[in-house]
Amino acid sequence: MQQGEFERGLSYRAAECGWALIVAFFSGLALWDSFERGAGWSGGPQSGFFPAQMAGILLVASIFIFFQGLRRPPGVLVTWLQLRRVAQVLIPLTFYILAIEYVGVYVASAFFIAGFMVAFGSFRWWAVLLSGLLIPLVTFWVFELQFKVPLPKGPLEAWLGY
Amino acid sequence: MENLELLFHGFAVALTWHNVLFMIIGVLLGIVVGVLPGLGGPNGVAILLPLTFGMNPTTAIILLTAIYWGALFGGAITAVLFNIPGEPWSVATTFDGYPMAQQGRAGEALAAAFTASFIGAISGVILITFLAPMVAKFALRFGPAEFFAVFLLTFCSFIGMGKENKAKIVASLAGGFVLAAVGIDTISGDMRMTFDVPELMNGFDFLVLVIGMFGISEILVTLEEGLEFKGKRARIDMAVVFHVWRQIPRYLKTLVRSSITGMWMGVTPGGAVAASFMGYGLAQRFSKNRDSFGKGNIEGVLAPESAAHAAGTSALLPMLALGIPGSATAAVLLGGLMIWGLQPGPLLFVEQKDFVWGLIASMYLGNITGLLVVLATVPLFAAIMRVPFALIAPVILMVCAIGAFTVANSRFDIWLMLVFGIVGYVLKKLDYPLAPMVLALVLGDRAEDAFRQALIGSAGDLSVFFDNPLVTTLVVLSFALLLWGPITSQVRRLFGRPATVTVEPSS
Repeated sequence: MQQGEFERGLSYRAAECGWALIVAFFSGLALWDSFERGAGWSGGPQSGFFPAQMAGILLVASIFIFFQGLRRPPGVLVTWLQLRRVAQVLIPLTFYILAIEYVGVYVASAFFIAGFMVAFGSFRWWAVLLSGLLIPLVTFWVFELQFKVPLPKGPLEAWLGY
Repeated sequence: MENLELLFHGFAVALTWHNVLFMIIGVLLGIVVGVLPGLGGPNGVAILLPLTFGMNPTTAIILLTAIYWGALFGGAITAVLFNIPGEPWSVATTFDGYPMAQQGRAGEALAAAFTASFIGAISGVILITFLAPMVAKFALRFGPAEFFAVFLLTFCSFIGMGKENKAKIVASLAGGFVLAAVGIDTISGDMRMTFDVPELMNGFDFLVLVIGMFGISEILVTLEEGLEFKGKRARIDMAVVFHVWRQIPRYLKTLVRSSITGMWMGVTPGGAVAASFMGYGLAQRFSKNRDSFGKGNIEGVLAPESAAHAAGTSALLPMLALGIPGSATAAVLLGGLMIWGLQPGPLLFVEQKDFVWGLIASMYLGNITGLLVVLATVPLFAAIMRVPFALIAPVILMVCAIGAFTVANSRFDIWLMLVFGIVGYVLKKLDYPLAPMVLALVLGDRAEDAFRQALIGSAGDLSVFFDNPLVTTLVVLSFALLLWGPITSQVRRLFGRPATVTVEPSS
């Protein structure tokens, strides 16, 4: 970036200030909630006192960071390309977590791992198949059978009697 | 010499086959965790914590601390071979470790890194052995006001000693406190900041946040640069190791200096990351051939590694003796102790002697085991990095999701992990420090409880924090540390300016 050729992307300033505003919003929310319940002092601090103090400090800090961010020299925080790569993982991850709700961890993981390998790697079909099957099976063996830690399960496991 | 007696008793506790086995497993798991990006010490421990609930606490903590040692060792492997710091504290190791690998001296660099780590860690453990019981004995006199003052000291030293933007450290700390307050208030029973969402009633479990903020976000940061790793090959044989060990006496001064720096940074929660940079900077400043730093000087590997390990180990001192962790991983371990029903702090040394001394003894053994295991298994772990990331990444994400779920058997937590993964990514990109936030999350409720109990005792009178010399000293010290930055910069201005290393954290 120092060579003068700007790769296009999200600017540091925009991200810094935007994030500071988001933090300020949440600290405002915390302040509102705390004062709603009582953030004062009646023979000692009320239940909202401590969170309100902290939210207040957070609010001041975020406003400070906001103005600090405004004075930042222009620069790119993440290029669009990098951001796209992040999204390429984040979106499948979201669907994976959604899938856990319906089909359980094991089946979802099998598809997630296999899908990931097909989309981002150059594996032979049997490597994809083997990893997709074996890794969830090993996980099942470790968690359900060895450590007796129940993980979310779906219809397949129910059908198999677990 | 009561301590030594107790320590030998501790060795007897730790040296059962069962415990040694778990030590080796832990070290191996820790190295995996340290080598893989996205699985660092804190969330490695966080993910495995739920699996240990069924064990007896001594075995469990031995397993978990062994993971910690392994992670400390493992970070160096990727730093040297791949120029990728597996852990934030091995960033400084890459400066000279990777050039050494490029010159074909990878084995030497690794042997140096592990040996230095070992020396650093052992100095930290010796510090714990002799100082922790004293600190604990002293702390037995503490009431809520004193404890709150110690909490205050911790947080102020974070702000004062932190190298990051001060406003961001403050925001990170305060943010952690606010998040910690969500859920049922333990004293009044009020619902705080739940906004009528039933899932928020129990608050945010910090383990879930750690997995999101350290695990998921690290994967996201790693993926920005694409899915490729390119590394150097390394072979370690005993000839290389002995060659390095013969050189060690020559660098004794550097090692001692770094270890002391590390111990100081670990006890005052400056953290392993800052310690490693400081160790590197000091070694460079006092070195005779300063120019060879960054070009493959073995001192540049020895210094940050010994400092980082000394800090990482010493961070357990305040955790054990006061119940206040000195690092993010120590914070997670502290959370584990509380889950097992052990209240970390001075009473632990009185009521759970077996546990404490077994743990301290296991620190010696764990580090020796760690050194041997890591020297023997480098080729194996270097091979892990050759497994395509397109396979490793989804597996890490799966492990994170499972880890988040098992904390409280809640599917909502997996979503929380995702949200905090994104939050952690943003925070990392914007250079917000994450450790203060984790610390505030763990200690938030206890700091607040101490504050309120102290005030209930005094009927709301704030003078309780200036009641006796002890608490007054602590409070005054806190404010001195808070203003540490301005004070030292004034001192520097008066006495000329020493060289400082400024290094951007990796991203």
